[in-house]
Amino acid sequence: MKSVSELLAANGSHENWIPLLDMAAREVFDLMLSCELTVPSILDDTTLDVTSMVGLAGQLCGVLSVRCSGKAAALMATKMLGVDLDKVGAEFSDALGEVCNMVAGNFKNKIAGLAEGCMLSPPTVITGSNYDLHLMADSPAIEVRLLFEGLPILISLQLHG
Amino acid sequence: MPIRALIVDDSSVMRKIVERSLRQAGIDLSDVFQAGNGAEALGVLKDSKVDLILCDINMPVMDGLEFIKQLPSVENAKNVPVVMITTEGSESHVVQALSCGARGYIRKPFTPEQVKEHVVPVLAGKS
Repeated sequence: MKSVSELLAANGSHENWIPLLDMAAREVFDLMLSCELTVPSILDDTTLDVTSMVGLAGQLCGVLSVRCSGKAAALMATKMLGVDLDKVGAEFSDALGEVCNMVAGNFKNKIAGLAEGCMLSPPTVITGSNYDLHLMADSPAIEVRLLFEGLPILISLQLHG
Repeated sequence: MPIRALIVDDSSVMRKIVERSLRQAGIDLSDVFQAGNGAEALGVLKDSKVDLILCDINMPVMDGLEFIKQLPSVENAKNVPVVMITTEGSESHVVQALSCGARGYIRKPFTPEQVKEHVVPVLAGKS
């Protein structure tokens, strides 16, 4: 079996990881929010103004992020907490942070050798969309676009080197 | 018989999910205490007795592994079973947690059925 570093060196685009990222996200939403993510038929231009990020360090270095609208984040909190939408306050960011953390953990556990060799940072959540993100990365991000309760979410993994 | 549980996780949302999962799993809870990290949990245990602890690993201030290492020094917490609930799924994390004294290990994401599968034997003293 190839090591993670050999796999990384041999596969510059990491496009074969897209199905794993997709599956990792679907499992988290299925098990923890009891809902099925679907594939959007068209690219939605809804502003994704809540971003949760988890850093990966070790054999795989980079940032995994989950972006969605504030409404989608609040809806995630209602599903996770079992409360109505009007009862959700600041918990929406905690909920999205946990979703991102679980997607990152579930993703790395699907790649042989990575569960041992890759650590996750605590999640960071940013609200607002008027910012530029500058990463010291030399490989493109892999992205998965899905719909949660009809609302778009964007999951991306930006790798470093 | 109803049990008293302590849930330790830096996410308040996750603490609520764990509590709900325990109830959905049919665990009869009389009291549920919560803490945001290991140090807070040790503080809770100085004043309160519990029958079960569910604990995350990656937390600020004091992580879950350090917390279970320090548990024997707390009079109220001696012999209280600890089940880890974490996104860290590596074999070494499981071995490390079990060698530190954890009695069970649940990986996030999880279902109430998985919580039941791991917690019931621990409460019955079979783990």
